[in-house]
This record gives sequence, structure tokens and C-alpha cells, in this order.
Amino acid sequence: MNKKLGLRCLNNAPLLLFATVFLLLGLASDRFLDWQNLLNIGVQSSSTAIVAIGMTFVLLTAGVDLSVGGVMFVAVAVAGKMIYSGQPLWLSFLAALVVGIIAGVINAFFVTRMKIAAFVVTLAMLFFARGFGLWFTQTRAMNMPDKVTAIGTSSVLGIPIPLLVLAVVCIAAHLTLSRTPFGRQIYAVGNNSDHARKAGISVTRNLFIVYVICGACAALAGLLALTQTGAVSPSFGENKEFSAIAAAVLGGTSLFGGRGKILPGTLFGAVLIQTVENGLVILNANPYLYPIITSLIIFFAILLDSIRSRALESFHRRPIRPTDFQTNP
Amino acid sequence: MNTGKPSIKTALRFDSIVKEFFGVRVLKEVSFEIGEGKTLGLVGENGAGKSTLMNILGGNLQPEEGSLWFGGQPFSPRSPADAEVAGIAFVHQELNLFGNLSIAENLFVNCFPTTGGLINRSRMFNDTSAALKQVGLNLSPDTPVDRLSAGEQQMVEIAKALARDARLIILDEPTTSLTDIEAGRLFKVLRDLQQQGITLIYISHALEEVANLSDDILVLRDGEVVGNGPKSSFSQSKMISLMVGRDIDHLFPPRSHTPTRKPALRVEKLGRKGVVKDIDFTLHEGEVLGISGLIGSGRTELARILFGLDPVDSGNITLAETSILKLSPAARIQKGMAFLTENRRDEGLCAEASIADNMTLVAAPRFKRGPLALVNRESISLEVTRYREAVRLTKSAQNTQQVKTLSGGNQQKVVLAKWILNQPKLIILDEPTRGIDVGAKYEIYSLINQLTQEGAAVLVISSELEELIGICDRILTMRQGEITGQFNQGEFDREKILAAAIH
Repeated sequence: MNKKLGLRCLNNAPLLLFATVFLLLGLASDRFLDWQNLLNIGVQSSSTAIVAIGMTFVLLTAGVDLSVGGVMFVAVAVAGKMIYSGQPLWLSFLAALVVGIIAGVINAFFVTRMKIAAFVVTLAMLFFARGFGLWFTQTRAMNMPDKVTAIGTSSVLGIPIPLLVLAVVCIAAHLTLSRTPFGRQIYAVGNNSDHARKAGISVTRNLFIVYVICGACAALAGLLALTQTGAVSPSFGENKEFSAIAAAVLGGTSLFGGRGKILPGTLFGAVLIQTVENGLVILNANPYLYPIITSLIIFFAILLDSIRSRALESFHRRPIRPTDFQTNP
Repeated sequence: MNTGKPSIKTALRFDSIVKEFFGVRVLKEVSFEIGEGKTLGLVGENGAGKSTLMNILGGNLQPEEGSLWFGGQPFSPRSPADAEVAGIAFVHQELNLFGNLSIAENLFVNCFPTTGGLINRSRMFNDTSAALKQVGLNLSPDTPVDRLSAGEQQMVEIAKALARDARLIILDEPTTSLTDIEAGRLFKVLRDLQQQGITLIYISHALEEVANLSDDILVLRDGEVVGNGPKSSFSQSKMISLMVGRDIDHLFPPRSHTPTRKPALRVEKLGRKGVVKDIDFTLHEGEVLGISGLIGSGRTELARILFGLDPVDSGNITLAETSILKLSPAARIQKGMAFLTENRRDEGLCAEASIADNMTLVAAPRFKRGPLALVNRESISLEVTRYREAVRLTKSAQNTQQVKTLSGGNQQKVVLAKWILNQPKLIILDEPTRGIDVGAKYEIYSLINQLTQEGAAVLVISSELEELIGICDRILTMRQGEITGQFNQGEFDREKILAAAIH
């Protein structure tokens, strides 16, 4: 039946979009499908993907965390400063994660205890974190010693370390969301927080943890990006909140909460965004076109998503007169 | 469990429970008890204190005075979790399910079985299967809940109570959104539960259901027990007079008008693929026309089409001799149409807004004054006062009060006032008395009478056949989107109408 086929296409819209982009880029440039280039795309997406995974947790509860870009910056700034002053790498990295967690806790406190809209709280945190980081670094860029970038470029068993980190985070997040009580309760909270409270779920606790996870993911993503770029610049992590939300939504996460997945969903979205940018670089496209093309793709994906949910709804509605739809007997 | 011994233990005892809100006593020394494995029918008008009483039992509220005994021991739940641990389950009128989760996940959402931190899916699946079997639902535990019908969701709620080994299940208006068939299925399940020795508290405005299911009856009025005893000592009319505090000889006001032969609304060959087909009828001025049919028979969909909310494929709709087929809902309202939807909370009211704001919502353009066409507050307050009296809104409510603080019956009166203020010629009422008490129902019926007296035409959709028989001049039956029968007043026969709606 045509309708079913259409629905199946819509259901797998992100996948189809991904395949189309891949095919087009592969046809346009023979370098694109090069194994090394594909590995590159994976490594480059790892940072965005991890922010997007944290963001997915928050979006699932029908919240949002706009502060991730600022949190990335301030976490990495702290780590960078510590590395500069001769502290061991592990301690500096740990400190960055703690900074991310603290930012998450502050967000969570105001959202859950003070009942302030997540949008407002995290927007304030975005500027606060950026401002704090700029003051802290005196707006100077810091170039990292080689031992930092060595992490980003080395491999274990042929797999680059950033990809390994991404894989671990992905699997952990996926299992948490799909197989743990906490994960399933997040979906319940996102569906209807009032119902969740009545069903005996601690909504406050769930929301709190979700913002902390998002803060920690942002810090971890910042560290991954640091090991690849080797420098903390004042614009580090800028606009990351948008690519993170875009990646999650591209992967089918609903901004209204209660719907979305890490695998393939969010991971897919992040890799897709990176693929487009990578492809444009390889094609030598005008750099001014990057944001335009990326935003068009995101718009298209969200459009598809809204068409999909409407189609799904009408498909699953029980017809009053099923006989009207019976074709050739 | 019922051991078969003749002595009946007390499952639950309320002892002089007093509850106050801001110094107002809403429960005045309420005392009663339920025997183990018995079913108590709890009846009372909206605002009589039923919900407060049950919220105390469910741990949502704590009483000021008095004590509770459950299973022979003092029981003072501080939270819903306490009540749940004790074995008390609540099936709320508004279902508390998560559409994006599976049936199994809904059953165990706050007590997932785990092994090593991960959900033990096979155990969850098996336990859910067992509970679903008990309520006669033949569905996979992995089915997402938003794919279920209202009746199936109700069963899932009961399965949830069973999966948690509840010994006492409270059902609050469980049949309001069910079809007759689904309700029949529910009663069968409840009888099974009674057999298994589970204690039930059944709250409903449908007194017939209460009488059929219960062993004992408890009647509340104004926070006091006004009647308590075995059901054999309560006739339906006795229940009603106890609830209302006065005698209502008839559930329905006497008819005070006769319909004219002047057509108000003419519907010809109306069709929409998959929804309705060949709908043909004429509604006259001063007539009350009822539409009977099961939920899902296309009644509400027809109303939405008539009001212009959904498109049509074929046919014509004529209001006052002009076709309105191409008009938007806003234009139809201007032509004198009104539509009270079945879902007053989400579609009929702005819950946060005041009574006055809600009442003047539709007729707002009437209050434009001056060159800037600003709304004139004085004339609004005059009209609001007039119409709140017309619909007999409770005197204790302020015009500026938020409608969400009103009882169901009073909320419905606000919705009615909102439409009547616009002086409609055709009023479509979809389940106008759902979930409201006997007294308020009577007042709404009186209002319908009065509107027809003034020449308006009324189309009433209802799942309660008694109600249609009581107030309509004519009843149409619908099934699978088609009109299957027409009955004039004088030839209303319950059996025949039901047969036309079902077969």
C-alpha cells in the first residue's frame, strides 16, 4: 500500500536524509568516501555528539539547556589554565568535568527548586559561564602542549581515542535511557510531569540529574574538542547549543519531551551535521555558505518531523468507517 | 483474601474524620466502615466531599481530626506512596498513564523490577501479561499506551492496581469516557475482583451502576454522611433525594414547548471519507434533537463537521436557508451557531482565566465601544451578572475567580453561558452533562428547555440514553458514521434505540 510505504519513509526520514547527503557528497567528490575522511568525520563529530547526547536527556523531559556552549568554554578554560601551571593532565581534565557538573547543578537547582523556566536559567548560565571564562582567561587564547593534542590524534587498536570516548558515552547513555528505571521515568516525566508526580515518580530528582548529566557531557565534549584543536580560544564552544539541539532534533527527539533516542537518533543527527560541513570543505564551497546550508538541512529535517507526526497520528487514528478504505476485495 | 468464614472483617474504617480548608469544614466528622472484600458505592453531588475523603485515604491530604483504620490497624498515610505500600490503589477519573511508554512500563513506572541496575524486561513482561489476563485485555505488554482506546486504558489502570497487589481499589467515575460495551466489560472485571475478595470503593454519578455493583451505599452531602447502609435499603430516588437534600420527583424537567416546522439546520448527503456518509436530517426551530451512538460512531466528528472544524467531501449544510458549507467556524458563530465540546477542560474553558473572561470570550466583539473599539468593562460586567443568573452559577463564585477552581457542574455552566451570551440559533451540545452531578444536570436540562422556548434549535450528543429520552423531541442513532435510525418522542424505546445504535 502506498500509504504504508510513505509512512515508512517518513519514519526513517533522518536515515534517508543521511543516505542522500552521503550519496550526493560521494558523487561530488571522490575524496569524500575515503576511509581516512570518514574516520575524520567520526572524530570531528565526537564533541558535538556528546553535547547532543547530554542535550537529549534534557529535551526528553521537555526542558532545554542553552548553556552548554558557555559551560564547554569555562570547563576547558579551567583545565587549560591548570595545564599551563604545570598540573598533571588527569587532574586538569578531572577539574574540567567537575566544573561542568557544578554548572549543571546550578542550572538544576534553579530549574527544579526555584521553579524558574529552564530557558531563562540556562540562557543566563550561558552568558555567565562565557563571561566568567573570559575574565578567567583574560580573553587570551592558550595553546596547549603537544601531550594534549597527542590524545586527540592517537588510536587504540586502530580506533581514534575520541571515537572510543564517543562510543562509551553513546552506549552508556543509550542503556540508561532504554533499560534503566531512571531512563524510562525520564520519558514519563517528559510525557506529563504532573502525571509522573502522581504516579509516584520523583520529578524533581529526575530533572536535577538530567541537567547535571548535560553539564558533565558539555565539559567532556569540551575536553575532546581541546585535544583536537589544541587551543582554548575566547570563542571556544560558541553556538554549540544550536548544533546540539539541531543534532538531537535531526535524530527525531521531540522538543516537547517524551520522544527521542540516542541510538541511532541523536548520534545520527550529530554525524549528519558534521558530514555536511566536511563535505562542503572538501568541495571547496564558499565558507559563507556553510551556515546557510546547515540551517536549511536542519529546517528540512524538522519540517519532515512535523509532517511525520501528523501522518502517524492520522494513520493510527481508528477510522469510523473502515470500509471506505478497503480497495480491491 | 476471603477465607469463606462467615465473619466479615473490617477492611477500612473512617472514624470521625474532620478536614478543613482555610477554616471551612469540608468534612464534618465522617465515620463509616467497609467490610473486607465488600464494595462500597460512594455517591454525592460535586463538592459534597467525596474527593476530599478519597484524597485523605490516598495520602494526598491529612485530616485535622479523627482516625483511619486499614486492615485492623491505625493508618495515617502522609503521601500517595504510603497508601500504595499499604495496598491502596486509585483509578482516577482522568487516567494517569504515559502514552509514550508501553503498557508494561506504565504498570511498573515507579517500581521497575531490575537486575544489576537494568530493567528486567522478561519479568516485567510476564507480570504484565498476568495482570492483563486478569482484566481480560488481549494485548501485548509492549503495546504503546497511546494506541489504546479509552476503555482499554481504563483496564490498564486496573491492571496496574492488580500488578501491585492492591487490596483496596478506589474507582472514581470510571465509566464517563467508556462506551456501553466497554463499561459492560469493566463491570465484569470488577465482579471478578469482588470474587477474589478485593475491596472496592466505587464513586459515580451513574446511580444505576452504583446500585448494581455495590454491597453498601454511602451518601455524602456537604461533608456529612447523610445515608449509609446495605444497598437494599436505598432506592435510586432515595439516593437522589439524600444527595440533593430535597425530593426530585423527576430527573428531567417537564417539557414546556413544542418544536415548530421551521427548519433551522438542514444537512443533506453529508459525507467525508472514512468518517461519515450520507448524513441527512433537518433540525427545526425550538426542537431538541438527540444523537445516540457508541463512542467512535462518528457523533463528535459529525458535530465538528457541522461547526466547520473538519472538512467535508460531499453534501451540504444549510443554516437559516443559506449554505454555510464554505464558512469558517468564526463565521458560523456569527451566523448563530454554538458548539459545546465534550472536553470542557481542554476545549471549553481557559482554566486559568476568570469566570467573566471565559463567559465573554465568544461574544467579545459585542462589547466594543468607542472609536478605538476597546472593550467596555461596564457592559461586560452587566451581561456577566445577567447570564450567570440565567445559568444559575453558584452564588459563592466571584466573577474574577479562576474557572479552574469551580466544580465540574459550575464549569459547564460557564461554558454554556459563554455560548448563550452570543444568543445562538443553533446549539450543538456534545456530552453536556458528563461528570456533573444530578442537581447541576437538572439545571442544564432546564436551560435547554428555556433555549428551545426562545426558538433556538438544539442538537444533543450523549452516551446516556436516559438523558436523550428525557429531554429530546427526536433521537437519531449513529453507527459507523451513518445514521441508522430515527425515533420520535412517544416512540422512544430503550431497547430499539440501543439496537439501532449497535447493530
